[in-house]
Parts: sequence; C-alpha cells; structure tokens
Amino acid sequence: MPCVADWLNNPFSIVQGIFAQNVPNSDWEKKVTEYFKEKLKENNATNWVPSLNDVPVHYLKPNSLVKFRCMVQDMFDPEFYVGVYETVDPNTNARVLHFGKYRDVAECGPQQEIDLNSSQTVTLERQTFYCVPVPGESAWVKEISFLTYASQARVSPSTSYTPSRHKRSYEEDEDMELHPSKQKEQHMGNSSGGDIHGCVEPKRLETEASAGHHLISPNCSPPLDLNFPLPGEKGPACLVKVYESWDSFKVNDVLEVYGILSVDPVLSIVNNEERDSSALDPMECMDTAEEQRVHSPPASLVPRIHVILAQKLQHINPLLPACLNEEESKTCEYLHLTSLFVSNFMSELSPVRAELLGFLTHALLGDSLAAEYLILHLISTVYARRDVLPLGKFTVNLSGCPRNSIFTEHIYRIIQQLVPASYRLQMTIENMNHSRFIPHKDYTANRLVSGVLQLASNTSLVVDETQLEQGQLDTTGVHNVTALSNLITWQKVDYDFNYHQMEFPCNINVLITSEGRSLLPSDCQVHLQPQIIPPNMEEYINSLLTAVLPSVLNKFRIYLSLLRLLDYSISDEVTKAVEEDFVEMRKNDPESITADDLHRTLLVARFLSLSAGQTTLSRERWLRAKQLEALRKGRLQQQKCVNGNEL
Amino acid sequence: MSSPASTPSRRRGGKRGRSSNPPTPQDARSPPSQRRRADDSASTGDLQPMPTSPPADAQSPGAPDALFSSPPQFRHSAIPLDFDISSPLTYGTPSSRVEGTPRSGVRGTPVRQRPDLGSVRKARQVDLHSDGVAEDVVATEQSLGQKLVIWGTDVNVASCKEKFQRFLQRFIDPLAKEDEDVGLDLNKPRYMQRLEEINMVGEPFLNVNCDHLRSFDENLYRQLICYPQEVIPTFDMAANEIFFDRYPDSILEHQIQVRPYNALKTRNMRSLNPEDIDQLITISGMVIRSSQLIPEMQEAFFKCQVCAFTTRVEIDRGRIAEPSVCKNCNTTHSMALIHNRSMFSDKQMIKLQESPEDMPAGQTPHTVALFAHNDLVDKVQPGDRVNVTGIYRAVPIRVNPRVSNVKSVYKTHIDVIHYRKTDAKRLHGVDEETEQKMFTEERVAILKELSKKADIYERLSSALAPSIYEHEDIKKGILLQLFGGSRKDFTHTGRGNFRAEINILLCGDPGTSKSQLLQYVYNLVPRGQYTSGKGSSAVGLTAYVMKDPETRQLVLQTGALVLSDNGICCIDEFDKMNESTRSVLHEVMEQQTLSIAKAGIICQLNARTSILAAANPIESQWNPKKTTIENIQLPHTLLSRFDLIFLMLDPRDEAYDRRLARHLVSLYYRSEEKMEEEYMDMAVLRDYIAYARSYVNPRLSEEASQALIEAYVDMRKIGSGRGMVSAYPRQLESLIRLAEAHAKVRFSEKVETIDVEEAKRLHREALKQSATDPRTGIVDISILTTGMSATARKRKEELAQALRKLIQSKGKTPALKYQQLFDDLRAQSDTAVTKEMFEEALRALADDDFLTVTGKTVRLL
Repeated sequence: MPCVADWLNNPFSIVQGIFAQNVPNSDWEKKVTEYFKEKLKENNATNWVPSLNDVPVHYLKPNSLVKFRCMVQDMFDPEFYVGVYETVDPNTNARVLHFGKYRDVAECGPQQEIDLNSSQTVTLERQTFYCVPVPGESAWVKEISFLTYASQARVSPSTSYTPSRHKRSYEEDEDMELHPSKQKEQHMGNSSGGDIHGCVEPKRLETEASAGHHLISPNCSPPLDLNFPLPGEKGPACLVKVYESWDSFKVNDVLEVYGILSVDPVLSIVNNEERDSSALDPMECMDTAEEQRVHSPPASLVPRIHVILAQKLQHINPLLPACLNEEESKTCEYLHLTSLFVSNFMSELSPVRAELLGFLTHALLGDSLAAEYLILHLISTVYARRDVLPLGKFTVNLSGCPRNSIFTEHIYRIIQQLVPASYRLQMTIENMNHSRFIPHKDYTANRLVSGVLQLASNTSLVVDETQLEQGQLDTTGVHNVTALSNLITWQKVDYDFNYHQMEFPCNINVLITSEGRSLLPSDCQVHLQPQIIPPNMEEYINSLLTAVLPSVLNKFRIYLSLLRLLDYSISDEVTKAVEEDFVEMRKNDPESITADDLHRTLLVARFLSLSAGQTTLSRERWLRAKQLEALRKGRLQQQKCVNGNEL
Repeated sequence: MSSPASTPSRRRGGKRGRSSNPPTPQDARSPPSQRRRADDSASTGDLQPMPTSPPADAQSPGAPDALFSSPPQFRHSAIPLDFDISSPLTYGTPSSRVEGTPRSGVRGTPVRQRPDLGSVRKARQVDLHSDGVAEDVVATEQSLGQKLVIWGTDVNVASCKEKFQRFLQRFIDPLAKEDEDVGLDLNKPRYMQRLEEINMVGEPFLNVNCDHLRSFDENLYRQLICYPQEVIPTFDMAANEIFFDRYPDSILEHQIQVRPYNALKTRNMRSLNPEDIDQLITISGMVIRSSQLIPEMQEAFFKCQVCAFTTRVEIDRGRIAEPSVCKNCNTTHSMALIHNRSMFSDKQMIKLQESPEDMPAGQTPHTVALFAHNDLVDKVQPGDRVNVTGIYRAVPIRVNPRVSNVKSVYKTHIDVIHYRKTDAKRLHGVDEETEQKMFTEERVAILKELSKKADIYERLSSALAPSIYEHEDIKKGILLQLFGGSRKDFTHTGRGNFRAEINILLCGDPGTSKSQLLQYVYNLVPRGQYTSGKGSSAVGLTAYVMKDPETRQLVLQTGALVLSDNGICCIDEFDKMNESTRSVLHEVMEQQTLSIAKAGIICQLNARTSILAAANPIESQWNPKKTTIENIQLPHTLLSRFDLIFLMLDPRDEAYDRRLARHLVSLYYRSEEKMEEEYMDMAVLRDYIAYARSYVNPRLSEEASQALIEAYVDMRKIGSGRGMVSAYPRQLESLIRLAEAHAKVRFSEKVETIDVEEAKRLHREALKQSATDPRTGIVDISILTTGMSATARKRKEELAQALRKLIQSKGKTPALKYQQLFDDLRAQSDTAVTKEMFEEALRALADDDFLTVTGKTVRLL
C-alpha cells in the first residue's frame, strides 16, 4: 500500500533533489520526467493522483501532483521564463542556484535577492494552453473516474476531500474499476425519478459555490467568462503550462496531464499590482485589461498546472485502459493487460451486441431497424481523410420522431448513458439566432471565444430538429446553420478569426432527430416506425433505464468505445464481389443506384462488420448491409407514398 | 542554450549609458567624438527641440512625395524649417534655436533619440586583450584603434563604421530589379543615390536592405544581426558623416537614422525562441490590434521649488528616478516635474498575429507585441499584412517592487525598426511579387525535374482530387484553370487588360461529386474562396460598406470575389443564385473588375479571379433531350463567359461502374499512407502551381499563333457551312488562354503547337459535352451564345409561319378558340407539336402584332 509519498505531495522536493544532483548540465529536466514516468507506471499509481476533474481546487494541496482530463480550448503565446536562476544573500554574498521550471514565481528566501544578471541564468520557453474539462462529458464518466480515484485515495492524505455521502460504498467495493457496484445500482433504483445525475450533483454544487465565492472578489470585477464551449458547463478551467513537445498538441485535443498544481495567491496579486502600476509603467500596459484578465485570471478560479507528463487520450472512457493503440501501447506497461482486456471482451461481444440492440430497440419504441442503425452510428468515427473527403462519418437522420420533445429528450438521455461525451442541440429559431456555434477570436482579450461546435473528437451531437418552428433566421442563424451543415458534410469547422477563417477538422457524430426529412444534410435517413406507443414516455424510459443493470450498461459503454478503435480491411475477393454486385444493381436500376449508394452501403458494411467484432468484410456482412439498406429505403419509399396520399 | 539565454541579463548588467554617472547639465567628460553624436541629455539638451510633435506631422509632405517615390510607410512629416513659436509645444524652449537657423551640418542637426534601439547611449567599450573592465575608455577609441570592442560584443566601432561607409559608397546591386528602385540609376552606388534623395526630400531615414549588406560584407551583416543595438548607432554615425560631408548645407529635421530591413533570417513567429532575444529579426504577420498613441517620457525636467534650480533626469529601464535632494540648495523633496519641458516620444503598442499560411493545422495563431516609436506610430492598421524588422526583447516582470520574488516569466516584444507592408501593392498595379513564395533551390530543382517529365500534364491532373473518380478531362480543365493564362496588358491601345483567368462551369447530375471537386480546389489554392449560390447575396460576393462600431467611420468590406483576387472563387449551386447576384458576375468574368457605388464610396476594385462554378440541372436530373441552356436555365450572356463548360453526367456503363466500385471500395479500407504514395503530394502540386504562376509567362510562338488562327477559322467554317456562326472571338481568346496555361504546365516560356492542340481538344471536348444540339447531335456554339440552337430557332420560325398560314386559311374570323387552334395545328403538322411549342409560336406571332391571346381565345388584329 502506498504511504505518504513525497512525489505525490511534494513533487518540488523531488525535483529539487534531482536538480541539485545534476545541476551543471541540463540533464536534470529529462531525469525529472523519467522519474515521474517511472513512479506513475507503478501498479495503479495513476489512481492515487487526485484529479482536478473530481476534486474542487480548494481541497487540493497547492504544489502537489494532480492530474486533469481536459480539452485544449485555446493556445496562448509561448512564454519565456527563467529556467535556472541564482539568488544572492546580500549579507554573506552566498550564491544559490534554483530552478524556475514548474513554477510561476521565481522564489527566494527572505534574506536573498534574485540576481537577474547572473551568468548562470538560463532562459527557457514554455507554452500555455487554456484547458477546459471535456465538453459534454457524461455524468457517468465523471462518476466512475472519481470512484476509481476515491477507492485508492482513502489512504492518501493529499486531500482531505471525500464526500461523506459516498464513503460507505467505497469501502465495500474493492473492484470498483470495472463494476461500479451494486451500490450504484441501488442508487439508480432509488433515484428512479430519473435524476441520474443526482449522485454527482452535490459535489458540483460545492465547486460552484467555491467558484461563486471567488467571483465576488473584492475587486468587484465582472465575473470571468471561463469560456466553456457548451452553455451551462461547469468545472475547473485550467492554464496548463507545457514544457515539452507542445507542437504535437492541437486545439480540441483531449489530454490527460500530470503536473504540479499552482494556486499561488501571489499570481492574483500580480494582477492587481500590474493594474495599479500600469498607469505608472508603460511597459506593463501593453496588454489591455481584458487580455490581462483572460491570460492571468485569479489562480483560485483558474489554477495553473505545470505539466510533467501529458498524453493525448484516444477516448475518455474510464472503463477502458487508456492506451489501446498498438504503437503507443508498446511503451505502455499494461500491454499484456490491455490485450487481455480486449480479447476477453471480444469473446463476449455478440451477447453484448444482442443486448444492446434489444435495449436500443426498446428505447426506439420497438423499432429494431432504427436501433441497428443507431448502433452503427454510435461506433462510427472518421478514420481517414482523402483530400477533403472525410471517411467514416455516418450522420444519421432519424425522421418520423413524434413531435413532442419528450421523445428526443429521452433518446438523448439514453445516448448520454452510453457515450462518454454528448450534447443535445435544440434547433429552435431562438437558439439558432442567439447562440454562438462557431468559435471566434476576440482580439481585445486575445483569446479564442468558444462556441458550441468546439467539441472534442467522438462527441455525440444530437441535433433536435423536432423543436424547429417556422420563423426568420437572422445572419447569425444562417451562419450557424451553415456551420452545422459544413460540420456534417466535411467534418470541419471554420473558426472565425475576424480577418480570416481557419479550418479545424473535427470528428463529431451527429444524430439528427426530425419529423420529416431534416433540412441538414445527412449520410442516411432512417424513418422511425414505432411499434409501441407508451402512454407515458417518461415512465417508459425511466423503467427502461432502471431495468438495465449497471454492469450491463458498462459493457455497452465499453462496447461502443472499443469498437471505434478497431482496424478494418476488405479482401480482394470481397472487393470483386462488391464490384459485381454494384454493376449488377446498376444494370437493373440505373436511376436509383448511384455512387452515393455504394458509398453508404460500404459504410454500413464497415460498421456492421465492426459491430460484430470482425475486422474484415465478409460476403455475408455485405449482403446483410444491402438488406438493411433495402429495408431502410423501402421505408422511405413507403413514407413518401403515405405523404403523397395525404397531400 | 545558456549563452543566448543569459542575454537579457547581460544586457541589463552591461550598465551601458548614463545610469552610472548621474547626468548633470555640464557633462564635461563627454568626449568630442561622442558629443558629435550629440548625447541626448547633456550636450544637446538645450538645443534640442521637442520631439516630433503633432503640428509638425500635420504638415503634409506635399510635392516632394510626388516627385520621389520613397516607400509610403516612411512618408513622414515635412522638413520643419522653423518652429512654430505659437505652438504650445514649443513653449518654454524658444532658446532652443540658439545655434541659429538654418542649422546645418552634423553639428547643427539635432540627434533624435532612437527609442527603437532602447536608448542610444554611449556603448561601453572594452579592450579585448585586457581583462579588467576598462572604465571610460570611450574617449580614446581612435588611439586604441582596432582592439577596442563594445562591451559584450565583438563590434569595433571604428572598423564597423568604416566598413559601413564603404558599403554605402560602393554598393551596387547586381540583382537590381526591385520594386523600390523606381528612379534609381542601377549602375551607380545605390545608397549614395538614396542619400541624395534624403537631401532633396528631407526625410532623414535610410533604409538598408540587409540582403545587400550580406552580399557586401558577411561579417558586418552578422554583427548587425547579433548586436543591432550597438551596430545601428554606428551605422547612423557613418551615414551622417558621409551625408554631411557631401551635403554640408543640407537641413534635416534630425540626423539620419539607418533602418535595416529584410534581415535574411525572416522567421515565422512560431520559430522565435530565446536565442533570438536582442537580435535583429524580420518576421511577417498580420496586424490585429494597435493601441492609441502613448507619450513615453524620455527625459524628465525637474525644477526646484525653492531655488529654481533645474535638472534633467533620463529614463532608465522604464523608470524616472526623481531627485530627492536639490543639488543647489540641498532642500529635500523640493524638485517638481515640469511637464512642458520634459521630453516625450511617441509610442504605440501593436499586436501582430502570424499569418494564416505559416500556421500548422489545428493550432491557434501566435501573437507578438510590437512597439513602434516616433514616425512608425500609426503606420499600420489592423488587418494589414506586414513584414516587421526589429529587435526582439524580453523584459522580466516584477511581482512587486518591494518583494524580491520575481515572476518567472519574461514579457517579450519587438521594437520596430522597419515596417514593410506586404499587401500594399495589391491595391494598385501589377502584383506578381506579392504572390511570390519563397522557394528553396532544392524545391525549384525538384519542380523543374518534374516539369521535364513527358507525362507531367497527366500526372498533375491525376494528382488533382484523387478521391474523385475519373472525369479526366474535367480535371485537366481545372488544372489549366489553376495555372491560368499569361496576363497581357493592352491598356495603351485602349482595350485594357485581357483576361488571363479561365472560368469553368460544371453542370450535371446531383451526386457526381461536383461540390467535392470545388472543395478540393478551394483547399488547394492559397487565395480561394468558397461560396454557395444559395447562401450568397450580391453584397457578400462584392463588397459592402460598414460602419466601424468604434471609429464610426465607413469601412469598405470586401466580399468573396474581391478576396479571391488572383485566386479562384468557387461557387457551388450556381443555378440557385438569384438574378441580381448573378448579374454582378458579368463584370467580374470579363473585365475582371468590380465597380462599387455605395454610400458615397465609388470605386473599382480588382477582381482578377477565376471562377469555378457548379450548377445542377433544373429538373434535378439532366435531361439529355434538352440543351445545356434549357437544362440549367442560366442566361447565355453569362454562359458565354465561361471558357469551358463541362457536363458531369453519370455514364451508366458497365465497365465504368466496375472501375468506380473498385475505386470506392479501396477508399474504405486502404490506409492513408498507401494512398498518398500513389499520388503526388498536395504540397508539391501547390508549389508547382505557385511556381509556374509566378515565374512562367509563356508567349505565343509563330507556329502556335498560326495553329490558333487555323483552329479558329476551322471553327467558323463549320458553322458557316450550315448558315450559322459556331465560333466567336471569345472562343478564340479562350483557346489562347488554354494554350498558354498548358505551356505553363510544361514550364515552357513558349506556347507551341502541342499546347494549341491540347487546348483545341479540351475546348472541343467541353463543347461536345455542353453545346451539342440534342436534336441534331451537332456541336453548335450558338446554344451558348444565344441560348438556342440554330435548328431550334429554325423550327420555331417554321412553326410560327405554319400557324400564321393556318389562321389565315380560316378566313376572317376575329376570334379563335385556343384549344381548337392547337388541335388544328397538330393535325396539320407532320411532326409532334407540344403545347409549349404552340405557345411559343403564338407568342412569336403576337410579337409581330398579328394576334393577341386573351385567356382561352385568340384574337386577330
């Protein structure tokens, strides 16, 4: 069992130690990262590190090691800092070397002075990222990752924070990682009223309260916009200082960073001082007040993390090992564990798929075809781009949804339970005209102001078109709709940089629910044919959610996240067969079969194979894909006829 | 890493300048040679007028500028021959003219401080061979000679000055052909002519191209880059000595300041690192914000309240140390600041953002702060693209003056020495230069190698949008469009510019990847715009006038067409565009300009853009029985402006289907790397095109022009045989453009017969697809030029005649039943007559005032 580990609670002492040993050469930086890498590799060590996602900042010890799962929202300019500096004691003239890395302030003792002119001073460069928690992160992700940490952290005194409410359950459940417990089951049972977020709510409230407290600072400045992409998001935003290979990170990347938390109140003082002295010192006023506010907000509100280790995450599903990619996992200690995990899961894939299909069929009011397509949609991901064409996107338009928002709302609730990150976009005239979809650069504050479409990869975006009424779209509205349809067609968002636009590729699964055919483009339209019309939709969905066991739900979650990452290929034989098929189809019906149909059928076949855990296309799957397509098209045809008759 | 890193500290440690010896009015220790440089506070304190003040700036430069074309950004205030005594700014300093006017010569011309170099002060020099820091050796620089260098550098003032003087006197640019050289004799020393210009114009700034300096003296260049703060004042000295030697009577506002630009290591912002601190750098970027003018105190003037003793205190590291004790009467805290007699300089903070081209995908742009001083204030506006030369600085931030902790971050900025707007020329005149991309020699070699390949044309066209299957000819057409023809100027013969850009229209069935092709092109070219006809208004395409919310000024905002000047404007859903929007295109597509008369702004903007448009047929599916015009319902006036009109139809043939299927399937499993191997890299393609566009300008060879003439005559002949014209001069122009573009593909300076052949083939191919008369199957250009095929027109006339005969045969009936007449006509005619045809015939007769149609009856007139 871990004891009070220095590297966790007082990483500076470790750094200092390594620094002191190696000081003349610059090796020490590498050694520090090596050391922490080793430490974190140790059995479950990553779980002992408190996460900023779960624990409010004021419960964390300053200058301790923390982790943070976040999305890069904006990148600030690189900054130069003193990497090594020397202090002088004016009395004794004793000189001491210090390191400035991982620090915001070059410290020195009361009797010392910093000698900025020393020849030992080393200037280095680091990059600051403005990071926010993954937008639209589902409640269950937060919860499970918190439970994982908490179950380990009860011995670690690095934080005094353990929400009392949960205490009992942690001690009972040892194998929390994979089965967050019967406890949770009970919880779900209790909260059959439908509030599945309930269990995390108090904690959030706490965070909010503290944030709110800081907002009313003595300065009485207007509250700082933390710049979350989605409205109503909460959580800590963070200035992440990266010391190495920052070029490899991009905006919207999801990172997990391990680093030293810095909430030095001095930082806030710096602000005030600067503001006061700005009138006096023209050097300081080169940034506007807004820019200052944004770039150096109070540390209590936006803490700093000085990164020791950072890694890009392929997914944020806490139920899966972090690195699944073959190349990356070569360096990963868990390699055998990972492959074991994958192969174990693959063996029980088909029952899981069947169960998931059943679950979704119920959710979609008994429509199994729609459920099938929904699975395909949920495991779709842009796996490559051919020049401008994104491959692997599979936008589904679920038409024929009953025109009361309750249904789509419930569909969204189901999806929320399954995917790690999601957002429901209500397409109302009001919303279109007034919300900010496209991120834009605010040059006065020198930051990228976020918008709804700034989302991390593999986020599920549920566009609810049933809410749309007739009305007038204004300029913003038109821009927003255009941006949305660009996102669907090209999987990219053009961020507005005022003087020019910049294209940011993305990978977002869009599901459109609509009454008729959607006004947005989509890859495939599925018309819903409800088999059962429950009298009370809410009750129906709630009972559905309570009926499914959390362990099963977790399996669904693993299933959807895992299959996305699989490779896929088509053998020459099957290629031939597909060719033949296509030629044949064209012969029979040249009017209705186009290249687009082939595109779509190939996509369906791809995801169909993957959903069964097969990484190559087989003849049967191809036929099944064609069959599904035929069924789907039949429905559309039928629908057209019905509409025609009505008209 | 450690040596550059320590620079900021070293600089401050250098304690150059006055800070060590408190400034007194009588600084007798100042050596003569230094005094000539007129050290700010002491020697010239009383002589020096207030720094450039707004009244001086307000005087317009007027005539001298018309005569001499100095770069606009240096068009500075006029030569203030005298001071306006009534100006409040000269208040209190009438004695500053003590030396007498007109002043002249080095001695008489005041030195202006150069805040861009920090402050110009005496650089402490050290003897290289002595260990200790020699105090105040400055005085003896001449005697100690070569061994003296400025502290912390390897710069020897004397030799540096001498070298630079030699450079000024001797340098002749071997490669002279630069835009700034207007009015210069290329065979005489370039910078001596510049000095002459300064004498005449009176703008005391000498811009020196670092590239010239480098070719002249590599070592001097290196010193300039590494120690700008020391070397530039030396250059100033050198330039002034030469200048006042030559023009002793010249009167300048202040001494000449040397402004180097184009430091060879032109960097993008991303590559700036701690090593560049305190070095001379040139970076490019876009101005995004500029602050208001900040008056920065250079020297404070204090007066004792008790005994009226005055003293001056210079700024030191951004602070003025207020004297606490009066030196004269020893009263404490009696010194008060007199603002009017303190000296200020103008300063402006500017934010520069890296240009979009320099940025790696998926990252946000970096910004850097610039400080502009004196004349450079307000020279650039937000939105301007500039190349900035300046000194990169890093300044530590103190947490609190009372606490010893220091924020461990430096603030960085660039002190601007020189601006060069990169897009200034875009507004007027030829602008091939702006497009100029820097190609390394290896890159050029690769491109040239490529161009020698026999199948380069096919290669390039297949590299274009590889994910789109087949449509080889269309890709070839687009490829030629990307290269464009040669620009010809016929302004002197009154014809204006000939269009060099090739316009292409793609029309065809939905789902034939037209949009994808457009999207690809838009992504390929540096200055491309993509709009959809459905969503764009005339305003969005052209330009609109907007009131700037801050300044309340009217601002002209340019739309897609203007923005894609020299690029390609991709317009999707061309057919969905409304009439008024489309009409804008008429001017753009032939004259290549855009006229605006709006809100009091009347102007003509360049819009030399190629247009790549895509249109869907009106009945959603292409009707092969109809002509192009009928299928897409676009006015033929517009259609005839397209050089090539391609149909993208679904071929419906088995072999094609098979290939298509194979192609698509491969898309779905092959890895990305494999796909890239097969085709040319998009970057190579882009460079190839950029290189050809800027460096290759083919001209027609004799044979080629002969071939073109023949081709044109042939086309005319085809038509004339059947009593119609099948080619117009516009088609000939198209052919020329296409042939030129094809020659460009081969990097050939001459258009040869093979180019003409290909142009003919492609043109014919496009014609075959779009201008085939569906009734006769013959290529008929008049479908595009008049909107109707000749046979159709003939048929229409015949029918109208038949109808007239029919009516006349009915005798004198004033009114006829519509349906009855229709049936009669059908019965009489031997070909099928549709209702539309009948109505058309009726209309034709109505136009001839033969009859009128009212409701269901037809009345004769």
